[in-house]
Amino acid sequence: MTGALLQARELRKHFPLRRSLFGRRGAVVRAVDGVSFEIMPGQTLGIVGESGCGKTTTAKLVLCLESPTEGTVEFDGQPLVGLDADGVRRYRRSVQAVFQDPYASLNPRMRVGAIVAEPLVTHEALTRGSVDGRVRELLDLVGLPARAATLFPHEFSGGQRQRIAIARALAVSPKLIVLDEPVSALDVSIRAQILNLLRDLQQRLGVSYLFIAHDLAAIAHMSHTIAVMYLGKIVEIGPAAAVARTPRHPYTQALFAAALPSHPDEARDEAVIPGEVPSPLAPPSGCRFHPRCPSAMARCATEEPALRPDGTRRVACHLYDGGPA
Amino acid sequence: MSEPLLELRGLSTHYESARGTRVTRAVDDVSLTVERGTTLGIVGESGSGKSTLALSIMRLLPPAARIVGGQIRFEGEDLLRKSPAEMRAIRGKRIAMILQDPMASLNPLFTIGDQISESLRVHEGASRKSAWTRARRLLEAVRISAPAARMTEFPHQMSGGMRQRIVGAIAVACEPRLLIADEPTTSLDLTIQAQYLSLLRDLQREHHLAMIFITHNLGIVARMCDAVAVMYAGRVVEAGPIREIFNEPAHPYTRALLESVPRLTDDSHARLPAIDGQPPDPSAPPPGCAFHPRCPQRRPRCEAEAPPVTRVGAGHTARCWLHAP
Repeated sequence: MTGALLQARELRKHFPLRRSLFGRRGAVVRAVDGVSFEIMPGQTLGIVGESGCGKTTTAKLVLCLESPTEGTVEFDGQPLVGLDADGVRRYRRSVQAVFQDPYASLNPRMRVGAIVAEPLVTHEALTRGSVDGRVRELLDLVGLPARAATLFPHEFSGGQRQRIAIARALAVSPKLIVLDEPVSALDVSIRAQILNLLRDLQQRLGVSYLFIAHDLAAIAHMSHTIAVMYLGKIVEIGPAAAVARTPRHPYTQALFAAALPSHPDEARDEAVIPGEVPSPLAPPSGCRFHPRCPSAMARCATEEPALRPDGTRRVACHLYDGGPA
Repeated sequence: MSEPLLELRGLSTHYESARGTRVTRAVDDVSLTVERGTTLGIVGESGSGKSTLALSIMRLLPPAARIVGGQIRFEGEDLLRKSPAEMRAIRGKRIAMILQDPMASLNPLFTIGDQISESLRVHEGASRKSAWTRARRLLEAVRISAPAARMTEFPHQMSGGMRQRIVGAIAVACEPRLLIADEPTTSLDLTIQAQYLSLLRDLQREHHLAMIFITHNLGIVARMCDAVAVMYAGRVVEAGPIREIFNEPAHPYTRALLESVPRLTDDSHARLPAIDGQPPDPSAPPPGCAFHPRCPQRRPRCEAEAPPVTRVGAGHTARCWLHAP
């Protein structure tokens, strides 16, 4: 498909463990192992998965905080590999991030005005007056009063701090914002406020999001496309409504079955999938989910399923690849 | 009707600053009942007093906190009249507790077998050998594979989900009548959380346990509880049977909380009905009804006078002027 804002192809990130005493080659953690996706302008790609599935490493690759072992990222049709220093700076300006913990991501010794202005000062040559004006505009955009600029982060609650982090991310008018668990640390009554703010900002500014969360309902609510990751691989990716309503991959089905009900009448003592996520140091052979999969077949242990088109989505599972059953 | 297993009457727990100048009413005039073999959910945001309530029942409060009034009747006895030694005999034996972080509940220097046997030896005077055998059976009951081998391992050798199951095994070791679980699955992944919740259900059925489930997650309440109490700024603002609360919430806070949570099947990208404002500072709650600054249905009276507890249905109460006679 064309017109994607960001296109990732076969991204891999392998972390070598420390070499042993005699310098033998150590083991390798395949944190992200061949992941492809695209993010459309003004849309949200949601990534779900449990700890160790590689969702945060994927975010770091997109943010250029890690460089891929293999694979490419194209932004606005431009490959990131081989960008000169100027190009990297331009890219960093176009892609911003909001992290989970607003207590850790704001410098406690800087006033909010300076925090929000910092990317402007770094990336744009603006006069003092126009910086102040822009800061007021940004604070207003995220629903904070102008006098917030003169206060310190500790004077704000968690939800307000997350607004400050969002204002900072918006300062240089990015095209893409990586949201890594942006509401998980917030109180229930504040989560909806922040999700609404993010949604309104997307409609007003046309910014794209890469939204990472373990809260499936929040992902389903916010995303246009959902990618489900398991042990470094995407096992299913497709339109949010399709993936959330009729999950196809047995892992996606298990994940959504494990989601908590929103009403006691929906609660069931469903069949819970057994076992835990294996170590990414030694992923199972064949399909990485096969030791826990209720529909595993003989070939799942030996043959790795490819991510194949299945209607509007793509699924990596032998159940759907039409091969010999 | 027989006496409930646990009954709180007008319980108030305050935190006092060193000079006694500032008093925080963390738990303020709370009355609740827990019937045998049933599960009561206590929902609230940070600072609502739900954890202080649990610690008050266990009489494990920090030195700055003091129970200033009320009664805690457990199996017909007032726990507030018990001596520290009598409380020690009750804790772990008749009332057990599971906390959020299993690594903090387990001693890193003792084997799993030692830690499960300990409560059996202390509370039941079991011999080392019989305690060890029973501990192994408990590990089996909480679905730890290869229990015999796990007995001699240490907590750091286990995954988070296994550690929390071991804490569960310790909690049910002495067949308590009441299990208090304070956010027991917050640190677990989704599929592991589902496994753990169904394990707790099974333990509850087998041992005819009553549970108090403390959480901020309404999904867990919908999945696990028979009754629910909603706390706001130290008070129970609404309590009742689970279906009544979810189908006909009487308090505007409960209603808003239920509506603000996104649903799995909701892919409309519409705005969520959010609650404005912030949860109050527990040391300086607003006068009158503490929710009035955020309440869409507030009246002048709400700002001046705290509403009384009013019966709105069978076993269903609310603290709100909308329902007061």
